[in-house]
Amino acid sequence: MSTTDNATGPTATDRVIPQGEVLLDVDNLGKHFPVHAGLLRRQVAAVKAVDGVSFSVRKGETLGLVGESGCGKSTTGRMIMRLLDPSFGKITFEGEDITRMSQSRLRPLRRDLQMIFQDPYSSLNPRQTVGAIVGAPFRLQKIQTENGVKKAVQELLELVGLSPEHYNRYPHEFSGGQRQRIGIARTLALKPKLIVADEPVSALDVSVQAQVVNLLEDLQDELDLTYVVIAHDLSVVRHISDRVAVMYLGKIVEVADRNDLYERPMHPYTNALLSAVPVPDPAKREGRDRIRLQGDVPSPLDPPPACRFHTRCWKAQEICKTQEPPLAELSPGHQVACHFPENTTVSATDAVAQSAVSPPATDLPTPSLRKE
Amino acid sequence: MTDKRRAELTDGTVGDSAAGAPTAFLEVRDLRVHFPTDDGLVKSVDGLSFKLERGRTLGIVGESGSGKSVSSMAIMGLHNRRNSKVSGEIWLNGEELVGLSPDRVRQLRGKHMAMIFQDPLSAMHPFYTVGHQIVEAYRVHNDVSKQVARKHAIDMLGRVGIPKPDKRVDDYPHQFSGGMRQRAMIAMALSCDPELLIADEPTTALDVTVQAQILDLIRDLQQEFNSAIIMITHDLGVVAELSDDILVMYAGRSVEQASVEDAFHRPLHPYTWGLLGSMPRLDRDRTERLMPIKGTPPSLINVPSGCAFNPRCAYRDLNGGKSETDRPELVEVEPGHKAACHLPLDRRREIWDTEIRPKL
Repeated sequence: MSTTDNATGPTATDRVIPQGEVLLDVDNLGKHFPVHAGLLRRQVAAVKAVDGVSFSVRKGETLGLVGESGCGKSTTGRMIMRLLDPSFGKITFEGEDITRMSQSRLRPLRRDLQMIFQDPYSSLNPRQTVGAIVGAPFRLQKIQTENGVKKAVQELLELVGLSPEHYNRYPHEFSGGQRQRIGIARTLALKPKLIVADEPVSALDVSVQAQVVNLLEDLQDELDLTYVVIAHDLSVVRHISDRVAVMYLGKIVEVADRNDLYERPMHPYTNALLSAVPVPDPAKREGRDRIRLQGDVPSPLDPPPACRFHTRCWKAQEICKTQEPPLAELSPGHQVACHFPENTTVSATDAVAQSAVSPPATDLPTPSLRKE
Repeated sequence: MTDKRRAELTDGTVGDSAAGAPTAFLEVRDLRVHFPTDDGLVKSVDGLSFKLERGRTLGIVGESGSGKSVSSMAIMGLHNRRNSKVSGEIWLNGEELVGLSPDRVRQLRGKHMAMIFQDPLSAMHPFYTVGHQIVEAYRVHNDVSKQVARKHAIDMLGRVGIPKPDKRVDDYPHQFSGGMRQRAMIAMALSCDPELLIADEPTTALDVTVQAQILDLIRDLQQEFNSAIIMITHDLGVVAELSDDILVMYAGRSVEQASVEDAFHRPLHPYTWGLLGSMPRLDRDRTERLMPIKGTPPSLINVPSGCAFNPRCAYRDLNGGKSETDRPELVEVEPGHKAACHLPLDRRREIWDTEIRPKL
């Protein structure tokens, strides 16, 4: 049994992150939902669900998007899929700008872009058989398969660990885990390049959750898939992702390689999130430093100015209320948007602080950790 | 059939003798909750026994459909007698609850036992203010004026950490955020200082940072009121943080009962191993693969014969088919540690030490 805490050395078993070409690039993407009120239904405000996020996903890697509910991670996923139209920003998929692409031009692209939904109960049509559900992509895209659609569907069912005999059954005959597999089979039908998985396992029981996580990893190796996994469960994200982006109130606050992020989280919010995860080991219950955030996430209707985390941050200074910290690369591949990042060398801290204010910030506040 | 008879006889007698009022604060003996349906009899809880003292926290873990919530609702007397059959004994503070009249149970509910539900939005009435709902619960059990009750409600809301409780008391549930609603429900559950608090997945719908706040709150309040807490959850992390003892349920029965240290460091049931292996953990090196339990939880209408876990158990072949025919009893294998498994104890210890633990 390992006795170390969160900090663990890089493991030899880590998959080599492919440094291949960029498959998906998202630049300053945002979505504001208008709020209408009054007799004339005039727009009085906007819910700033996503407010300028930028990241890229390389071929063959898994990017995890984490954050609390309402931080805009699902909205981001839906915009990548073009299920929602972005208010601003740019989405580039395989070098092509798909931000404003018309639905008819988008349709051929849908083969390459697929989504796994959270709820395996509402994402399958209860009146269609499994065969019809999984075969729908072939019909819609008018794709001829070698031995007919039925054969193709049965192969897909086998691929995701279901039996080909399930072809004629209805979704209600299956358990949650099996339904999620049906959804995954449908997603894989057209051999997509990019899969956006929105909370793919959060509706499942632990034992079944592990089955589906393993399945997603096997399929990635087998079919050379690229994933964007949206989840709120930090341990699942660590298990499945190569890189992780942490979102807070519509912004990305930190992006880094998995090991970097979990071992050296720099943004105070990431630190707070990680320390809030309950540890399944009663021996570690005592004497653990836990950062307790006060209050709730502010409303995205009226997010705090400048750094959005300053209302709950224990390191917040005047500058955090007036100047927004840019998402800056503080160490190779590790980007953070914070004036006073943690777990970093002094020089790096100074660099960020200097870029924000003219006189270099000297005595940094020490994190006020409350010992339990 | 004989198998079941024997189970009934022995299960109820685990611990002290079945006759008379027990000494423990809460004792459940051979609890069964069955629901007759068109498809057959659903045995949601089928012979559950445990004890709980004041000031202690019992964590009940298990997957959906294992009977965790159904058994806690039986303790609260919330099952409709017309469509369910509840049998067995539930002793709370020397009073047997299963045979009690609904009126008496209503008197106990709120004052002596209270429940925190998973989804605060559906557990609170959308039509009444939060304050009104707390006042109502308080005045049922305490003969006080509305003003006094309102002051108490504001106090309680302040205690659970709602900002500006004197203003928020007049808000409706939809005006609260998810975490605040859960706090308000805790305030409601605690408004009459219950001796037994049942928390059914109290943090499952919440974000981690809010979950940490709520767990802290429950821990602090327990110290203050010395309540007995039953914590129902599927999250092993939550159990490890909060519980003193753990009860693992599978298909309506308890398969392992132990102190929290034993359950996490020396578990003796293959299902508990499976739960531990399924879970990605932040406190360990990342494992290359998770070790899921194969298959899915069984139907409660056709529970597998013998050990209900046998179709999913990786070790069922180690005892000559016994797992498929005989239901293993929950026996005390070490002081304070009970498990229901046919595998010889030494073999189980060996499997845990050599096969399971190194891979976690």
